[in-house]
Amino acid sequence: MFYREAGQFKANYREDQQIFPIRQDRIAIALLLTFFFLAVPVIADEYWLKAILVPTLIFALAAIGLNILTGYAGQLSLGSAAFMAVGAFAAYNFMLRVDGMPILVALVLGGLTAAAVGVLFGLPSLRIKGFYLAVATLAAQFFIIWLLTKVPWFSNYSSSGVITAQQVKILGYAFETPQSKYLLTLAILTVLALAAKNMVRSSIGRAWMAVRDMDVAAEVIGIRLMHTKLMAFAVSSFYCGVAGALYAYTYLGTVEPEGFNLDLSFRILFMIIIGGVGSILGSILGAAFIVLLPIFLDNVIPHLFGGALPQSLTSNLQLIIFGALIIFFLIVEPHGLARLWQIGKEKLRLWPFPH
Amino acid sequence: MQFFFEVLIGGLLSGVLYALVALGFVLIYKASGVFNFAQGAMVFIAALTFVGFRELLPRWLGLDAESAAVFWIALLLALLVMVLLGIVTERVVLRPLVNQPPITLFMATIGLTFFIEGLAQGVWGANVRGLELGIQDEPIAWIMDSTGIGISKFDLFAAGIAAALVAVLAAFFQWTRVGRALRAVADDHQAALAIGIPLQNIWRIVWAVAGFVALVAGLIWGARNGVQFALTFTALKALPVLILGGFTSVPGAIVGGLIIGASEKLAEVYLGPHVGGGIESWFAYVVALLFLLVRPEGLFGERHIDRV
Repeated sequence: MFYREAGQFKANYREDQQIFPIRQDRIAIALLLTFFFLAVPVIADEYWLKAILVPTLIFALAAIGLNILTGYAGQLSLGSAAFMAVGAFAAYNFMLRVDGMPILVALVLGGLTAAAVGVLFGLPSLRIKGFYLAVATLAAQFFIIWLLTKVPWFSNYSSSGVITAQQVKILGYAFETPQSKYLLTLAILTVLALAAKNMVRSSIGRAWMAVRDMDVAAEVIGIRLMHTKLMAFAVSSFYCGVAGALYAYTYLGTVEPEGFNLDLSFRILFMIIIGGVGSILGSILGAAFIVLLPIFLDNVIPHLFGGALPQSLTSNLQLIIFGALIIFFLIVEPHGLARLWQIGKEKLRLWPFPH
Repeated sequence: MQFFFEVLIGGLLSGVLYALVALGFVLIYKASGVFNFAQGAMVFIAALTFVGFRELLPRWLGLDAESAAVFWIALLLALLVMVLLGIVTERVVLRPLVNQPPITLFMATIGLTFFIEGLAQGVWGANVRGLELGIQDEPIAWIMDSTGIGISKFDLFAAGIAAALVAVLAAFFQWTRVGRALRAVADDHQAALAIGIPLQNIWRIVWAVAGFVALVAGLIWGARNGVQFALTFTALKALPVLILGGFTSVPGAIVGGLIIGASEKLAEVYLGPHVGGGIESWFAYVVALLFLLVRPEGLFGERHIDRV
């Protein structure tokens, strides 16, 4: 009853092409943003900000990156964690080796470095497709982590390759409290998510989707395959790189190459599958789900059995439930949480008169 | 030169071990188009189940722990567990996901990996266990004496087992009724369905056979490195073999395994020291990638022609 576009007439192209064409959507987004920017820093305690919200935002960014590559351009990648590592180490080195480097510029440069590396490892995609490509991206995953561990210059000759992120300072203001770090991460995510949303609506996004649906057909209608695929790798790696840099600067503080292992790549892949392949909103929902699920299981399992379980059994049970839930989700809603949201919206449009 | 050959032969033999794991992947991919990431976890649970039963059986039945009966009963029980696992997987995971895109099925098998890992460790515990097959890991004396090249008896035995397994599988595919049905399904799902081959039965059989292959691989890998969680990483070793040989080819898995095994060992010995070692984590992938640039569907994979 309340969610209708009836009466909202589009008088010019600008109105017709805005991101959220329905007024209720715009209001909802504005409310959500206000809530997350103004209310959450006040009401959330330190644990929530540090251990749940910030990683969710960072993983959402990485998931958007992977979703651009896998969901929109159709190139399955298992190496997103490696590109996060490139972003983190590049940003660290730019901060370290260039005097007076502003952190935001370092983040962007980290992302650009990751993009360059991404293009390099995206080159095989011009020849290899499908699961062959997925396995080929594992080469990037293992090689990059190995390189970052083996070449001590990347970690400024620290023992065991651990880097400690420098202080985050913008225009003299130091981001030290969990609140400020959360706000910084949220601001970056908001900007980049909106950019991604616009990108996938523009000509490059349509080219990606054409390549995803059938690359030969796309080539026939005049889409430059090389340019499009490599662009997807570049943009995707840029997002992953920025996410990796934030992972170091606003989440963990100290990171090592081994932290960006294959497990992390899989987790990001889970996020886009659970959230919805080919959906920016889905990436964010999926990230929240995958971050929250283990924490939820941690808290629920001991209560289920009266707290009598030994630690090892609990962790195994967690693995079992996690695996089973993934399968369950895939069976129940293979198109992810974003699709559920969409169905809900469709229903809401007709409510309360569904016929 | 002697040293070179020793490394080469050692590499080829370890490549056979990779091929064993890759074989399980190929079987499932061929018949159902599922990229089964859980193969590594299946190797793990197979080996763990076998070792677990071998520990339990003497207590249950009062048999001598070293007796052949315990070995064979444990093997049979482990096989039973693997077949059951295959059937349950088909029923619970695959059947509801028919007609989903391959990536969804792939993700489901990653979920399955977590599930199996948790299940295996939950039931049998996470301790590292030794597995004794009765073959010593020592150089064969007469080859050592005559040529000076050390070839491990165990590796040769493993290669023999793998060869036997491939022969049995090839015969099974070639000459049995079920094997023919499997090949038909691998060629074309819909055509196979149309002539009345029960697809679901075939999938069950394929998963059971993959479970059997996983058991063999698990026994050999387990005897080599101990039965431990690291067995699940054999899947990562098998992936480059798989793309090198082609997802759909049994001989491809073997040849790919040999190439990967040999080049990896040679690189470790001759290239490793120059770049600081530890290259085995990625070298196989880079080799496979180079081959793929020349032949994008692997050495023996089906050539895929895109039509608009």
